[in-house]
Amino acid sequence: MKIKVLYFSRIKEAVNYSTEDIDLPAGISTVTALKNYLALRGDIWTNLFNGKQVVRAAINHTLVDDLSTINAGDEVAFFPPVTGG
Amino acid sequence: MTVRVQAEDFDIGQELSKLRLANSSIGALVSFVGQVRDVNDGDAINTLTLEHYPGMTQKALEAIEIEAKMRWNIIDSLIVHRVGIMQPLDQIVLVVVSGAHRGDAFRACEFIMDYLKTSAPFWKKETTSHGERWVEAKISDDAAKARWIK
Repeated sequence: MKIKVLYFSRIKEAVNYSTEDIDLPAGISTVTALKNYLALRGDIWTNLFNGKQVVRAAINHTLVDDLSTINAGDEVAFFPPVTGG
Repeated sequence: MTVRVQAEDFDIGQELSKLRLANSSIGALVSFVGQVRDVNDGDAINTLTLEHYPGMTQKALEAIEIEAKMRWNIIDSLIVHRVGIMQPLDQIVLVVVSGAHRGDAFRACEFIMDYLKTSAPFWKKETTSHGERWVEAKISDDAAKARWIK
């Protein structure tokens, strides 16, 4: 399943790029599963996505919780808690 | 209902007049302006940079306006939020709500700001004499939003 992943703010700086296309293995179909999958990359990825930092997610431009389902073609974004206003 | 995300500054007077004069059934106009402070967490602030998620920001802010319109008896609303590099005394955000009476307009304006603070995809980075740092989200902002959850 192919998806597009975007990173913002301090997460973008940590991974050093803002977007990538990922072809997910079968069985990875929730935000939690995607976070765990990214954490397996090691180093900074593990630090970011092992659950110790608060990382918010949006699917197709809508804020979602970690139990939300990811579908093929989705745009998934990861970012820290927002600080606008 | 209008949302604008822009790098340029805005003129409060012009924005308020435009909304106020658009409808003669308006009896109350409530506004909030946020501006860059010169100190944060004990350090002097040189610049503040606002990053956002362009594909999502407009949609998130429009959703907040729609929610406010459903909850209160208001006539119109405007959100202007700036992005890019700013300095102390610069305006960051403007929220204006018009209505027939002040009560609903006051509440809707506060609601829009509380939701904007916690669900619109903006991130602040500040530069001080120690260098750059991302601004941390505040627990008090989550508490402010929680007041409105039905």
